[in-house]
Amino acid sequence: MGQRMSERITINLTVNGESVSRAVDPRMNLVDFLREELGLTGTRWSCEHGVCGACTVRIDGAISRGCLVFAVQLEGAQVETIEGASQSGELADLQAAFHRRNAVQCGFCSAGMLLTSAALLTENKTPSRDEIREQLSGNYCRCTGYHSIVDAVEEVAASRAGKGGLK
Amino acid sequence: MSGPLSFLDLPASPVGKSLPRANAKRLLAGRGVYLDDLRLPRLVHLAFLRSPYAHARIVSLDTTEAARAPGVARVVTAKDLEGRCAPWVGVLTHLKGLKSAPQFPLAKERVTWQGEPVVAVAAASRAEAEDAVNSIRAEWEELPPVTDMDAALAPGAVPIHAALGDNLAFAKTIDAGAVDAAFATPGAVVIEEDFSFARHTGVTPEPRAILADWDPAGESLTVHHAGQSPHMMKEILAKQFALPETAIRVMAHDVGGSYGIKIHVYPDEMAAIAIAILLARPVKFVADRLESFTSDIHAREHRIKARMAVSAKGELLAFAIDDRTGIGPYSTYPRTSAVEGNQVVNLAGSWYRCKNYRANLRVAFQNKPPTSQYRAVGHPIACAVTEAMMDRAAAALALDPAEIRRINLIADDAYPWTSASGLKFEKLSQQAALAKLLKLMDYKALRAEQAALRKKGIHRGIGLACFVEITNPGPAFYGVGGAPISAQDGATLRLDPGGTVTCAFSVTEQGQGTEAMAAQVAAAALCLPVEKIRIVTGDTERTPYGGGTWASRGAGIGGEAVLQAALALKANILTMAGAMLQTPAEALDLGASGVVDRAGNPRMGLDEIGRTAYFRGDTLPPGLQPELVATRHYVPRLYPFAFTNGVQGSYLELDAETGFIKLLKHWVVEDCGRIINPLLVEEQIRGGVVQGIGGALYEECLYDSRGQLLNGNLADYLVPMAAEMPDIEVAHIETPTADSALGAKGAGEAGTGGAPAAVMNAVNDALSPFKARVSAQPMTPARILAALGRG
Repeated sequence: MGQRMSERITINLTVNGESVSRAVDPRMNLVDFLREELGLTGTRWSCEHGVCGACTVRIDGAISRGCLVFAVQLEGAQVETIEGASQSGELADLQAAFHRRNAVQCGFCSAGMLLTSAALLTENKTPSRDEIREQLSGNYCRCTGYHSIVDAVEEVAASRAGKGGLK
Repeated sequence: MSGPLSFLDLPASPVGKSLPRANAKRLLAGRGVYLDDLRLPRLVHLAFLRSPYAHARIVSLDTTEAARAPGVARVVTAKDLEGRCAPWVGVLTHLKGLKSAPQFPLAKERVTWQGEPVVAVAAASRAEAEDAVNSIRAEWEELPPVTDMDAALAPGAVPIHAALGDNLAFAKTIDAGAVDAAFATPGAVVIEEDFSFARHTGVTPEPRAILADWDPAGESLTVHHAGQSPHMMKEILAKQFALPETAIRVMAHDVGGSYGIKIHVYPDEMAAIAIAILLARPVKFVADRLESFTSDIHAREHRIKARMAVSAKGELLAFAIDDRTGIGPYSTYPRTSAVEGNQVVNLAGSWYRCKNYRANLRVAFQNKPPTSQYRAVGHPIACAVTEAMMDRAAAALALDPAEIRRINLIADDAYPWTSASGLKFEKLSQQAALAKLLKLMDYKALRAEQAALRKKGIHRGIGLACFVEITNPGPAFYGVGGAPISAQDGATLRLDPGGTVTCAFSVTEQGQGTEAMAAQVAAAALCLPVEKIRIVTGDTERTPYGGGTWASRGAGIGGEAVLQAALALKANILTMAGAMLQTPAEALDLGASGVVDRAGNPRMGLDEIGRTAYFRGDTLPPGLQPELVATRHYVPRLYPFAFTNGVQGSYLELDAETGFIKLLKHWVVEDCGRIINPLLVEEQIRGGVVQGIGGALYEECLYDSRGQLLNGNLADYLVPMAAEMPDIEVAHIETPTADSALGAKGAGEAGTGGAPAAVMNAVNDALSPFKARVSAQPMTPARILAALGRG
């Protein structure tokens, strides 16, 4: 981070709807950028190489692994984190269903689970349980055993489809 | 539920209801505060040079260049910490003969596992600390490693610690009944099998993390710790750093999974504290994923030889196991690394009536990371071996696996019961649980489906596994062995002016629902909605003294402390209300409106009680001093542990061409006594089952013969992911313990304890048409293909 000041590169991007400009080390990745530069700690380090999904964010609308992206690659990009997606209310029904079903224990994976679930429900309005499991299979949760997360996503899909998901 | 009804069973009582956890909403909004989210002024970050060898002598360390690297505050070796942190030795006096060697924060002359911390660099950022670590010049002389447990125990093996004489850390023998005579029973069928269980580890989503802050002026040490037991840590830190208890505060914030991993004393964390004191500034250490794999405690790694004798009618006549287990170069402090093996030999077979039981345990030092308590400690091993042997016995006698269990499980009216190994069971419901499970999974229909599909070349397997779980441990677990581990817990409840309640609670929260459970118990006793109870946990300065989170005890022990404190607060409230209303306190009660008379008519709101006590003491009758706070503690006394019981079923499909297993469904019937929140219990069970499945099918810390970890990342070390996991159906039986008024037992580890056995039996059931068996976990496709002769 502070090692080679002369090599810092200034980037301009939008994070959660706010314009951000920072000079960063070329080696700084997006997770460190969000956490250390912007204080957005809802994006988390866990496996550190793109397997577990704890660092999931949206880049230009697509869910991405923050740990596999360098900040300097994001000139002009629109980045959304769990903080932004929570604030906007777009995850509210998913968050409520996760809460009701206790599809969250320690909470470390939740940001990634929610953003990945939201992406699924955008692409597939009526996913089967197997399809939900398949879509979430890049997100590691050690606490729940996944069943309740699948329940919550299934419930929201039904509810959004007007089938009254509140079982 | 069996047992007398109480106010906890009233329709309005929140106890027994599936309420969502109040504190989970912030976690879902990304607003959890985990350790790495904390930032303090003048903070430095640690990175470690760790041993690249399983066993080596440190010839020299040149840190000159590292010390000059950008951002570096200090490079620290063992020499720099000399005298700053006393060494620790992981033994317990009641585990007679257990030995270990002193451990230091940083290795001194020799390293004994790959990943052992040797040099610490404190720098302005973790990245700069890692850069500096890369410029340390270390010279090593590699020594022959002892990685295999049997090689470690073989005669003439070089001891890892010369002063200890050999590599046998601990041994234990149980010989109950007349084992040899029972094996020699005429007509007895005798089965033998060798089992092996790989090493695996906890893989907490949030890695281990600590932030230590020393204020030399105030002589105070504040330790933010992603941990399970703040009070225990405080006790240990006071001892190791020779500080008064008054100087130390330990806090746990949101913890991103622990499962036992975050309750041990780790050298790198002790180094972080020592360096915070050395530098007099805050020091943070957050393990990266490779560090987690090489320095978190590992678990399991057993080789077991089992023998079982059954009569022609299917009665279990005798059971014998020989368990060897490898624990790394040190016994972990303070819980030791011998409890896992100890639990295997204590537990195996204990849920069956057979009283002829022999067990040998040998615990070996080896040059791999230290092992210790991880979720379900010993249970998965004891259960898998016992239940696999029961299936072998059933097959030998052409009995259905459900039937041989029914024949041998302890009868539900036979309690109290003492197992051959001496475990005391207050009251279990094994037969009822088995019957309930068979119904839940529609066992007969499933067997019919399986038979029909076999004719079509589809190979499905059904596995059953009965189990018991040790919960609510009293002081017999650790306290009697001399460890500063509290088996009691406490709660302080305070009525606040607005009529709400703040509860400071010594049990900690890692997502299992401690705070929700406590709020439901307190709310039931005080007739308040749960929203009016605020729970405070994870702070040695703000909570009563207690053990924290381990061994499935939060609800059973902590919940009882909350209940008793709430009842004491209620009595205090009624005393004050009685004086204000000039009514005997005995004629009053609490109801939904606050203080009510015995007929339930509202007399006074709790807000009026609170406001009068705190702001208008002038209006109180003479001589009345309100005490709207109450503290109670609880430790189980009638039984050393509260055993729970249950049974699991697994249904899966084998692809005999690839060796792949597809899990189709999993069922659990569990009896954890009184259930405070069914939703939270079910989620404990489900999460536990999946952790057990991880060990059964995927998870293995692979080491080569030189003790080098081959799969230290989450791409190569497989963990259960959503797509491979089945739906898990959970049902309950409630047999409360009479040891407490609440009657709750633990539920945290039952899933993990029984799942590997159920899955192993299902895999072998699917393999049975091929006359093949797998008895090594994880049951990887390679091992299954090898069993099929296709490896």
